[in-house]
Amino acid sequence: MRRGRFLTACLLLGYAFLYIPVLLLVATSFNPSRLTTVLGGFSLRWYVALWQNDKLIEAAGLSLRVAALSATGATALGTLAGLALARFGRFAGRGAFAALLSARLVLPDVLVGLSLLLLFLQMEQVLGWPEGRGALTITLAHVSVSLSYVAVVIEARLADAGTELEDAAMDLGASPLRAFFLVTLPLLAPALLSGWLLAFTLSLDDLVVATFVSGPGATTLPMVVFSALRLGVTPELNALATVILAVVSVTLGGAWWVQQRVSRPVALGGTQA
Amino acid sequence: MSRRVLVLLPVWAWLLVSVALPVLIVAVLSFSTSVPGVPPYTPLGDAPDGANYAALTEDRFYLDAGLKSLAVAGVSSLACLLLGYPMALAIARAGERWRSLLLLGVMLPFWTGFLLRVTAWIGLLRDGGWVDLALTSLGLPAARLLYTNAAMYIGVTYAYLPFMILPLYARLSRRDPALEEAAADLGATPWVTFLTVTLPQSLPGVLAGLALVFIPAIGEYVIPELLGGPGAQTIGRALWNEFFSNRDWPMAATVANALLLALLVPMVLLRARG
Repeated sequence: MRRGRFLTACLLLGYAFLYIPVLLLVATSFNPSRLTTVLGGFSLRWYVALWQNDKLIEAAGLSLRVAALSATGATALGTLAGLALARFGRFAGRGAFAALLSARLVLPDVLVGLSLLLLFLQMEQVLGWPEGRGALTITLAHVSVSLSYVAVVIEARLADAGTELEDAAMDLGASPLRAFFLVTLPLLAPALLSGWLLAFTLSLDDLVVATFVSGPGATTLPMVVFSALRLGVTPELNALATVILAVVSVTLGGAWWVQQRVSRPVALGGTQA
Repeated sequence: MSRRVLVLLPVWAWLLVSVALPVLIVAVLSFSTSVPGVPPYTPLGDAPDGANYAALTEDRFYLDAGLKSLAVAGVSSLACLLLGYPMALAIARAGERWRSLLLLGVMLPFWTGFLLRVTAWIGLLRDGGWVDLALTSLGLPAARLLYTNAAMYIGVTYAYLPFMILPLYARLSRRDPALEEAAADLGATPWVTFLTVTLPQSLPGVLAGLALVFIPAIGEYVIPELLGGPGAQTIGRALWNEFFSNRDWPMAATVANALLLALLVPMVLLRARG
């Protein structure tokens, strides 16, 4: 079993690499000293400072609004795209359609940001819309980026599910549209949720694309954090990171726990404590 | 099939306008010239010239930036493979109950955000940070790692490790353990079994993982900027600086086109492998 032990050691080492930086950051955020490595005592002063930082709170508000809107838009369009890829067979132009969709997954952020900014400028010149740049252009850009990720999630789910249930519904007299709303959509619900959450996270996390397509007055949370980080880490940023980490851990941990409960065989449900 | 048209039309329209058209505009802009004003370039399509491309090939700066980006992407994707492969294999061999929790452990730092992870590393690597503190308390000299190439490599490896582990795990969890048992029964040592049975089965996962790290790392801007210091001039930073600092949009577009061409190679390779 020497190889088993070697792999376990590698796994522990890997988790140490992943978590030690994060844990030290969390520890630092409760440290009262401004010098992060002078340790002593426990204090929430950086959390108070964070709460009183209006610029940061305002940016967080904008980021959350943009993330929610763009995730909703990306989920709507991404579902249509995933549906087309999974259910329409070899429709005309499928290759180009899939290539354009996957292009977004591999194009670097700097290129996406620059090209979308140029698009918005040209559109403003020709169509007069979108007027100026700000929350609207960031939202549109994020829909464009996240759409491809959502499409992948939806396509995978539809391919997994197969068409038997839809066929059965239509055999029983449901119109294709009715079958879609009564059978396909409920089947897709988990994928829709995870696609939406993925798009939401991508939007919250994006710095580069948003910086290119934003205008004066529209500053997202990553933009504030980035300009602060260029001058070095402040204890407030550590506190902010810890808050985000806590929210994400609780959400993901909760999702995992629910999934564990749900996926257990129903017959065994009664015997579980 | 009018219903199909209803599904396809909005997505097609969106993709053409937001993916194809912008790339086309960038291509056209790269042949225009920078002038002061709003917008800061000569009208698109007016008197196109290749001066920007001449500058791209003549100025050593861009070549160096390209090579630096290749180094970042190459080193970090290999580091991710070396670190991620044993982890993915260990997770794939773990009991059914543990797997999803172990994978969650890999994904958790990814979900907490990119800048947050960079923040953590700045705190570790900066002068007087945790690494220096550990070294000096052992009586060793401080390492002064922040704003070096090493810091940049560590940062990129850290940021993209989950992208390596997930495709590897997906492949390794579907491997046939009976083959490994057969090899062991026939007298192969664990290492021989690994090299001749496990590794070949997982090659598609290795390629997918390498591509998923290499491709985004090539255009990476944030990590070189925040961890790499002034010497770490990558192609992503060159583009950013042409645009935001020099306000030379046509040159930024030219760099963007060069980046796109450089990426086509691994993309086509990846497609060819399915």
